[in-house]
Amino acid sequence: MRVAELIMAVCLAIFAVSIMWMSYHDLPIGWIKGSGPGGGAFPFWLGAGMLICCGLIVLRWARRTSPPSQSTEPFMTARAFRLFLIGAGSLTVMIGSIHFVGVYVAIPLFLIFYMRILGHHKWPLTVGIALATPVAAFFFFEIALKITLPKGVTEPAFYPLYDLFL
Amino acid sequence: MDSLHFLMNGFAVAFQPLNLVLVVFGCIAGLFIGAMPGLGSVNGVAILLPMTFLVPPTGAIIFLGALYYGAMYGGAISSITLGIPGASTAVATTFDGRPLALQGKADRALIAAASASFVGGTISVLLFTFFAPPLADAALAFGPPEEFALMLLAFATFIGLGGDDIPKTFFSIFLGLALSCVGLDIVSGKPRLIFFDLPGFYHGINFLVLAIGIYGIGEMLWVIETTHGEMVVTAAKISWRGIVSALSELRHCVKTVLMGSFLGYFVGVLPAAGATPGSLMAYGIAKTMSKNPESFGKGNINGVVAPESANNAASTGSMLPMLTLGIPGSPTTAILLGGMVIWGLEPGPLLFVNNTDFVWGLIASLYVANLFALLINLAFIPAFLMMLRMPFTILAPIIYILCVVGGYAPTQDMHDVWLMLIFGVVGYLMRKLDYPLAPAVLAIVLGPLAEASMRQSLIMSQGSFEIFFGRPISGVIMVVAILLLLAPLRKFLRRREAKTAGA
Repeated sequence: MRVAELIMAVCLAIFAVSIMWMSYHDLPIGWIKGSGPGGGAFPFWLGAGMLICCGLIVLRWARRTSPPSQSTEPFMTARAFRLFLIGAGSLTVMIGSIHFVGVYVAIPLFLIFYMRILGHHKWPLTVGIALATPVAAFFFFEIALKITLPKGVTEPAFYPLYDLFL
Repeated sequence: MDSLHFLMNGFAVAFQPLNLVLVVFGCIAGLFIGAMPGLGSVNGVAILLPMTFLVPPTGAIIFLGALYYGAMYGGAISSITLGIPGASTAVATTFDGRPLALQGKADRALIAAASASFVGGTISVLLFTFFAPPLADAALAFGPPEEFALMLLAFATFIGLGGDDIPKTFFSIFLGLALSCVGLDIVSGKPRLIFFDLPGFYHGINFLVLAIGIYGIGEMLWVIETTHGEMVVTAAKISWRGIVSALSELRHCVKTVLMGSFLGYFVGVLPAAGATPGSLMAYGIAKTMSKNPESFGKGNINGVVAPESANNAASTGSMLPMLTLGIPGSPTTAILLGGMVIWGLEPGPLLFVNNTDFVWGLIASLYVANLFALLINLAFIPAFLMMLRMPFTILAPIIYILCVVGGYAPTQDMHDVWLMLIFGVVGYLMRKLDYPLAPAVLAIVLGPLAEASMRQSLIMSQGSFEIFFGRPISGVIMVVAILLLLAPLRKFLRRREAKTAGA
C-alpha cells in the first residue's frame, strides 16, 4: 500500500507538470492588461495546484500521517489483481475489437466470455442474453435515437436492415 | 399564490401519458439500481443519462428525477436484507436495519424504511415548492461575480465538510477543473491541453465520459472486488396485516421522521453535501435524541427511519440549488446539471422564467414519483429480493456494455470510449488509495461555468479582483467560502497547539 501510494502520487505529479508545461507552451499564462488572465492561466495554475497537492501527499507519505501510508496491507491481493485484470482486460479487448468487427460482434462475444467462461451459466441463458442485448441496442440506438453505432467490417451486412427500418 | 398555479400546470405536465410512464419506469429502474449492492443514484443517473436523448428534456429530467427517488427507496432493501448498503446513501440504514432483519423483523424494517422515505420525500417536496420560486427570483439579480462566488462555495464545502484527506480532495477538484479546460479556450478560441495532438480532444472532455468512467466502469471494478463473498439474503414476507401493524408501530417514530426529513432537506440544499452525509447525520442525531441510545445498532426502528427519511429529503433538497442557482447540491445533481446543458437548457434562475414547463413538470413529478416509489416498493419487495440473488457475472457485463454504448452515444467518437475506460481504471486505482472522486465530477461539470464567470467578472472589472468582494452578495459568499477553505488549516494549527501544550 505504501509503495502504491507513492507511485500514484509521483504519476499524478508528472501529469500535473505536463499540464503546466502544455498550457505554458501553447497559450499566454500571464496577466493580459485590462482583461485578466490569459487563456492558459487557468489550466497552468490548476496544474500547479495539483503539483502542490502531490507534494503534500508525498510529505504525508514520508511522515506516515495518511491512512494508506500507514497500512501494511498489500495494495491488491493476488485475487483482487486477477479480478481487476479480467475486468479491465476484457473491456479493453472488447473496445479494441469494436474498431474492427463493430459493436454487434464485440458485444455478444464479450457477453459469452463473461457469462459462460467466468460465470459458468448455462448455454441457453448465455446465448439468449448475448443475442437479445445487441438486438435491443440496435432498435434503441439506430432506430429510435438515429445514432449509428460503429460496425467495422460488418457494415455491409446492415444495409438490408437500414432499408427495412430507416 | 403563483406557486400553486404553476404547480397545477406542472401536474398537467406530469400526468401526460408519456411522462407518467417515464415516472413509473424511473421508479422501477431506481429501485433496482438502488437495491443492487454498490450501485446508487449517481451510478444510475450517469449510466442511463445517454439513454434519455430519446425523449424531450422534460421527460428526461422526470425520468432521472424518479430514478433518483427510487434509488433512495431501493438502497434500504439491500441494507436490510443483505446487510450490505445498496448505495452509499443507505449506509446508515444497515446499522439498525440489519439487526432487525436478523431478529426476523425484516418486513417491519422494510415497511418502516419505505414509509419514512415517503414522509421525508413529501415534506421536502413541499418545502421545495415554496422555497424554490423566491430563491430563483433573488438569484435572477446574480451576475458573473456572484456565480463564481457560489461555485467557489460549492468546492469549499467539499474541503470544509468533507472528512476525507484534504490534499487528495484538493487534487480531485483541480483534476476535474483541469480536465474541463481541455479543448478550445472560451475567450480566445485557441486550442489548449490537446494531449498527444489527438483530434478527439478538440471537442473537450464531455463530463459524461468522466462520470460514466468513474461511476460505471470504476464502480463495477470496485464492487466486484469488494462483494466477492457469499451474500445471504434474508427473506421478508409482506402482507396487509404486516403493513398495518408495522404502520401503527411507527407512531412512536414520528418525531424521528420529522427530524430526519427537515435535517436531510437542509443538508441536501448545501452545495456538494448531498444525501450520504445527510443520512449519517440524521442517524447520529436520532441516537442522541433517543431515551435509550444504547439500543441503537441492535435493532432500534428509529435507527432505520431517521436515515431513510433524511436521504429522500436530501435528494429533493439537493435539486433546489441545482434548479435555482445552477449549482448542484450532490454528485447526482451535478450529473443532472450537465445533462441539462446537453439537452440545450441553461441551468440557473432563468429556468423559472423561460422553462416553466420543465421546472414545474419536474417538481410535480417528484410528488408523483414519491407515491409510485412507495407503492412499487411495497408491492414488489419479493421481486427485488429475487433480483438481488442475480449473480454479478450477468449484471456486470450488461452494465459494462451500457457504459460503452452510453459513452459513445453523445459524441459518437470512439476516442471518448477509450478515455472513459482510462478514467474508469485510473479512478478505481485512485479510489483504492482514498482519493475522493465526487469532487472531480462536480468540478468537470462546474469548470467551464466557473472559468467563464471568473473571466467575465475580471473583464467587467478590467482585471481587478475587488469585484468579487465589493458586491454585497458575492462578497458574503466569498468570505464564507474562504473560511470553509481555511477550516482544515485551523484544525491543523489547533492540533499542533495542543501537541506543543501537551509536550
